[in-house]
Formats: sequence, C-alpha cells, structure tokens
Amino acid sequence: MTNRRIEHHPVLGDLDAKSTVTFQFDGRTYEGREDDTIASALLASGVRTLRKHEESGNPRGIYCNIGHCYECRVIVNDVPNVRACLTPIENGMIVESGKVQPSPLHPENEGPLPRTYAEYRKWEEKQNE
Amino acid sequence: MSKQHDVVIIGAGPAGLSAAIELRKNELNVVVLDEFPRPGGRLLGQLHEEPTGEWWNGIKESNKLLAEAERLEANIQCEVSVHHIEKVTDGFSVHTSKGLHHAKNVLIATGAAESAAPIPGWTLPGVMSIGAAQVMTNVHRVKVGEKGVIVGVNVLSAAIARELQLAGTDIHSMALPVENIVSENESNPKKVMERLVRIAHLAPSAFIKFGSKFAKAEFVRNLALRFYPRGGIKMWGMPIHLRKAIKQINGTDKVESVTFVNVTPDGDIIEGTEETVECDFVCIAGGLYPLAELAAVIGCPFQYSTELGGHVPVHNEAMETPVDGIYVAGNITGIESAKVARDQGTVAGISIAKALKEDESLNGKLLEAMETVRATRAAATIQFHPHIDEGRAKVSAAYEQL
Repeated sequence: MTNRRIEHHPVLGDLDAKSTVTFQFDGRTYEGREDDTIASALLASGVRTLRKHEESGNPRGIYCNIGHCYECRVIVNDVPNVRACLTPIENGMIVESGKVQPSPLHPENEGPLPRTYAEYRKWEEKQNE
Repeated sequence: MSKQHDVVIIGAGPAGLSAAIELRKNELNVVVLDEFPRPGGRLLGQLHEEPTGEWWNGIKESNKLLAEAERLEANIQCEVSVHHIEKVTDGFSVHTSKGLHHAKNVLIATGAAESAAPIPGWTLPGVMSIGAAQVMTNVHRVKVGEKGVIVGVNVLSAAIARELQLAGTDIHSMALPVENIVSENESNPKKVMERLVRIAHLAPSAFIKFGSKFAKAEFVRNLALRFYPRGGIKMWGMPIHLRKAIKQINGTDKVESVTFVNVTPDGDIIEGTEETVECDFVCIAGGLYPLAELAAVIGCPFQYSTELGGHVPVHNEAMETPVDGIYVAGNITGIESAKVARDQGTVAGISIAKALKEDESLNGKLLEAMETVRATRAAATIQFHPHIDEGRAKVSAAYEQL
C-alpha cells in the first residue's frame, strides 16, 4: 500500500509515535494515525478521490483542506455531507464516498410525461396518432 | 439550552488565542470555538526561515499560545462550526454545530480563506489550493504527491513551495495561470513582476536574490521580462516561470499532466507553443481574502480595500466594530502576518475587558498593545501587500465617518 507519510523532516523533526486507528472507506479497511483527518489518512494511503460529483459523476478530492470549499464531503456512519478534511478518524468508523444522485429533472432523465400544457397537447397528439 | 459566557471568540488562531489569554488574565469567562480539530488556525502550517536565519515554526508558536491559554484555563472547543450570530436582548446568540452559546460580547477572529483561481481541469483529484498542501504537509505530515506544479506566483506560494521541498516533495516549477476572466492580475507577467520586485526587500533570503535580479525602474523591469529566460529563473533550484503560463490540467480520474504555453510580457498566449509536463499534483495559489461572513450576518458595515485583501468589516484600532459588542481581530481585518494577528488579538482582548469591567485603568495597556501592533507591522518579514498602512487608514476613516 502507498505510504505518503513524512516520517522525517529537516526542521520539524521526526514524527512522534501515535496510536494506529482503523477505519473503512468504501468497504476497504485503512489505517491512519490518531489525529489524522479522514482526508489526511486516505491521502497517506494514496487515495485521492473522495466522491463523485452528484450529477456529472466526475471524481473529486480535497481542494482547500480547511473546511471552506466542501469539495471533500463524504458519508460518515450514514451521515451525509461530512467534510473529510475536518473530521478526525475513529476506530471502526464507516466512511463512504459521495455517489452520483438521481437527477429526475435533467432533460435526459425525463420520462415521457409532459411538464407543460403545450407539451401535453403535443403528447396527446402523439397518443392519438 | 444555551451556554452563558462573558465573551465568545470565534476562531482559535493566533488572534483568538491571544485575545482569550488577555480576557482570562482579567478573569472573564470566555469560550473559544474553532471547526478545525486542533487549535492554532492557519498559523499551524507556517514554516519559513527568517532573515536572521531562525525558523518560524507555526506548530511551536501555536503551542506557546495554547499552553498560555490553557494555563489560564481558557475554554477552547474544537470541531465546532459557527454558522450564525443573532442579536438578542443583552448580547448575542452564537449558533454552532453543537448548540447555542450566549454572550454580551463576540470576537470574530475567523482569519482568511484562499481565492480560487480556476483553470480547465481544476476539479480533478490532485488539484488543491496551496494552503491545502501546506496543512497536509506540515500539520498532517502527508506528502501531497511525488511531483507537482504550482499555479500562481506570489509570496505565499513561494514560501509554501519551499515548505513542500523541505518535506521531500518535488516541485517541477511555479508559473502563472493563462489569463482568464477570473485570474486577471494573477496572470499578467508585468503586474506580477512589479509586485515581486516591491516585496523582494522584505522577504526571506532566497526571495531577495530573486528580486535583486531586477532593477526597480519600470523600463528595466520590462526589458528583464522581455528577456526573461524561457527556462525560468531558479529559486531554491525550482524554476519560476513568467513567460510560460499554465493553460490546463490534464487527466482522466486524477492529475496526470499540465499543459504549459509561452506567453508575451503582457500575458498573451503565443500559439503553437504548447508543452506537456507529467505530474501527479497541482497547487493553485490565488492569494488570501478576509473570511468575514459572520461579521456580515450580524450587520457590520464593510469597507473594500485592495491593500487588505478584499472586503473587511469596518473597525477602529481598538478592534471595535460599529455594532456594539462585536469585535474583530486577525486576518478578518486584512491579510497580514500571524504575528500581526496575534498582537491584534491582544488588543481585542484588552479592549473587551476594558468595556466589560468598565475599568479605565486598562487604557494605558490598550494604547501600549495598539503600539505593539504598529511596531510588529513595520517589522514584518513577509508583507502580503506593500501598502497595508493605506488600507488600514481607509478602514479607520470609514469607522470615524459612521
């Protein structure tokens, strides 16, 4: 597994010993350090994608990392829209990535039913053909 | 049920913590709220070499303030998000993700946020703000990638680029974004060069070398820009490009490369000069602006100042706003160094204590603390804007006119 942890640093010194915390992300088990956020623990293991855009499905990861942009929203223990960059990991925590949501109002997803009276008239004509 | 305090401080950065220290010295009941898991604010991530050769270590500086605040038994609560302040009889209700707090006085010390500088491809995982990379590297101790490119050339991005290098992260280069409707001043090589030369005398060692390569006269600067090497000018071994700009970030599910393009001294693209560089992360540095929404919802009037980084709540030198009982300190009042923020917090703390205790003997201390802010500002190593004083004067004038 990828390890991006900065163990040694020329100015900040060596990383202190911390206990290991185990949590799940999309069904897989990951380890992080106590004091890690969901975002830092996942990035340390090489995971950048935290969710799919609700409509387009494009992958998204952290952007600001301090809670302002909400790009890192994930589902934590069934609670949606939790910011991965501000939430410390806990043992047994179940984290899921944000998924594509149904968008019934998108033109491509519309059913055959008319939305306006004009559309209804056209629809009715078609039915009678 | 709401909790009653003398003062609620929003933000546990250098300003909020210093204010808490002063308030506790005066034995006032204070709660400090912050949504980050640990106190320190953006000070936590800072790490740079001062001209004296000493290192400014944000974690150590935060710990110093925290230790003092804890010694004085200040109540500091992290992982609490404040989303509203409401005026009620005899004070304010502060609405948070973990319930209500009530106090006669509120200090808003929310700091700054980073301006976005969008370019095509910027939503790909692996693209992040420069501040995000700083916190990930220095606070969480996680490498943001193996090799990256920095979009945006300014004091902040140069300082953080160095921090990433120190942690063993390879920075390919720093360059400007291609001009678009959002980037404007950040993508014009002439304007960027002008700013860099103006700050060079104030900045840490390597920056001085960079700045001194260009004379101060405009015509020399323009000449320098015309003959600016296509390979960039190196700082800490990392090329800084002003004649190559970043056009887009490429990748399917994550950052795979960026596309550079040559530009004229005015920032116009030279067609047919595209060049692709492989990398696994990109940092966008659009500069900082005061994070002031909470001051707006409680009705503080605002003053715009380019020098201070954007719209700031109107306030006086004692950190009072025109809304009785609402105080501000730190980067919400203008983008400056953490040292200035810390000293402003001290002013705000004394100011609130003076008002609450109706203690005129605190006057001398307040004047002294205000003088300290001025001295710290004058001695600042990194100045985000060369005309801070003009911006401050503008805001003070707005306060006087009310």
